[in-house]
Amino acid sequence: MSDPKDFVAGVDSDQRRSPTRVVFVTRRTSAQVRATQEDQVQTFPEVLFRAALAIELLAISLVLFSLFFNAPLEGIADPTHTPNPAKAPWYFLGLQELLHYFPPVVAGVLVPTLLIIALIVIPYFNINIEANGLFLKDHARRVRLFYVTALGMLIFLLFFHVYVGVGPTVIVTLAMIVAAYSTPESPTRLRRYLAMKPLAYWIMTWFLLEMIVLTAVGTWFRGPGWSWVLPWRS
Amino acid sequence: MPLNTGQMIDKVRGSRVWRSVFRSGTGSSTLHRALAIQQNIFLHLFATKVRKRMVRFSATWFLGTLTFGTFLILVITGILLMLYYHPSVPQAYADMKDLQFVVSSGLFLRNLHRWSAQLMVFLVFAHMFKVFYRGAYRAPREFNWVIGVVLLLITLLLSYTGYLLPWDQLAFWAITVGSNLSSAVPLIGSKIHFLLLGGNQVNANALLRFYVLHCVVLPLAAILFIAIHFWRIRKDGGLYVQQTEPKPKPQPAPENAAAVKEGQ
Repeated sequence: MSDPKDFVAGVDSDQRRSPTRVVFVTRRTSAQVRATQEDQVQTFPEVLFRAALAIELLAISLVLFSLFFNAPLEGIADPTHTPNPAKAPWYFLGLQELLHYFPPVVAGVLVPTLLIIALIVIPYFNINIEANGLFLKDHARRVRLFYVTALGMLIFLLFFHVYVGVGPTVIVTLAMIVAAYSTPESPTRLRRYLAMKPLAYWIMTWFLLEMIVLTAVGTWFRGPGWSWVLPWRS
Repeated sequence: MPLNTGQMIDKVRGSRVWRSVFRSGTGSSTLHRALAIQQNIFLHLFATKVRKRMVRFSATWFLGTLTFGTFLILVITGILLMLYYHPSVPQAYADMKDLQFVVSSGLFLRNLHRWSAQLMVFLVFAHMFKVFYRGAYRAPREFNWVIGVVLLLITLLLSYTGYLLPWDQLAFWAITVGSNLSSAVPLIGSKIHFLLLGGNQVNANALLRFYVLHCVVLPLAAILFIAIHFWRIRKDGGLYVQQTEPKPKPQPAPENAAAVKEGQ
């Protein structure tokens, strides 16, 4: 530990390039300035005009869509007449699908709460900051752990009859097996790509696929009594 | 001699009235363009300069911008819809029918609001995943990610509270299914359920509560957090660029390398 006062305050001499940079130079070392020279554009007008253009194109597409497709409107609300099935808005249908397998306190309270907490803490865990491939370090132990976790997850899903959740799990597991036996020097591009992916990538991708599948099933494949229906047969 | 358009714009921008409104003054120098951002209460949320690569479509797919775009459309159409809407039973449903058959462009207005809302939910999710896969949540941008999660929740709540307002079968039973979940919270479930609906089932009180949340509370919260979200982009050093920050070499002890770079 050096003395906390062991530095002299100085200002970068190139005022035009970096008018606000203050560099503290300790006596024994030279200053290290991590600065990258990179082309920049003015926010006004270059970025703002692009943003305005993007929003205008969006507005035009939405206006066109709204001219041709009407928002749904059913009969007046009737508490005495329950439609079958009664469905939540589409973005909650993944959760409603889970409600089919798990009790409400799990699917309706525990899972959403844990999801929100998980999303919030993502940037605060080093495991998510890690940018190295999952299996590049400590290979044998991590492969073992991965097989146990993947198998455990599959057994869990089958035990609760969540067959629709098996697909994404199998896809991610297969991709991870490829990654486990690939290195950044592997012959094909896909294998090099997969080998470089950290744990956070795999968890998020699994979550994304599960979310898409559960929401799609809840939206299109569920009919009266939450029974399995095929959307093209109705 | 008649002035061309450019000269006319310059003349207006040089006038006393214009100068009294916009503090940045006239001119197209780099300084003036920087001032145009910096001296404006809304635009000063943004940095005066942006890395050129981040302006490309492939960098962000403009997902954040487009999400904000849907929000703008929703505010405008929402205010117009409020002019024709009474949050009471059964008038709310009658107003839907009026929008459909009586009000000029009423159906179009409701369509635009409805589809924009659906798109906004989708875009918020897309934006979140794009940010995640770019790794843009990493330090020093952690807290802006958290604000993003808050905005995701606000968006879902906005969409959910708006879902009840038409007071049709779709609305009523979707909210019934959703709000019943709150009863599943251990110990205080039924209390939360009652607080949310202003009763033990979806009724006129629930409609009024959802209306107030949808039109006042949640939009204000959204505007506040959107402002912080934008501002933090600037304070955290601009949009995250993959692999620009040079690979950290084996670093000496931190006190030797205290290079402080002020926010842009």
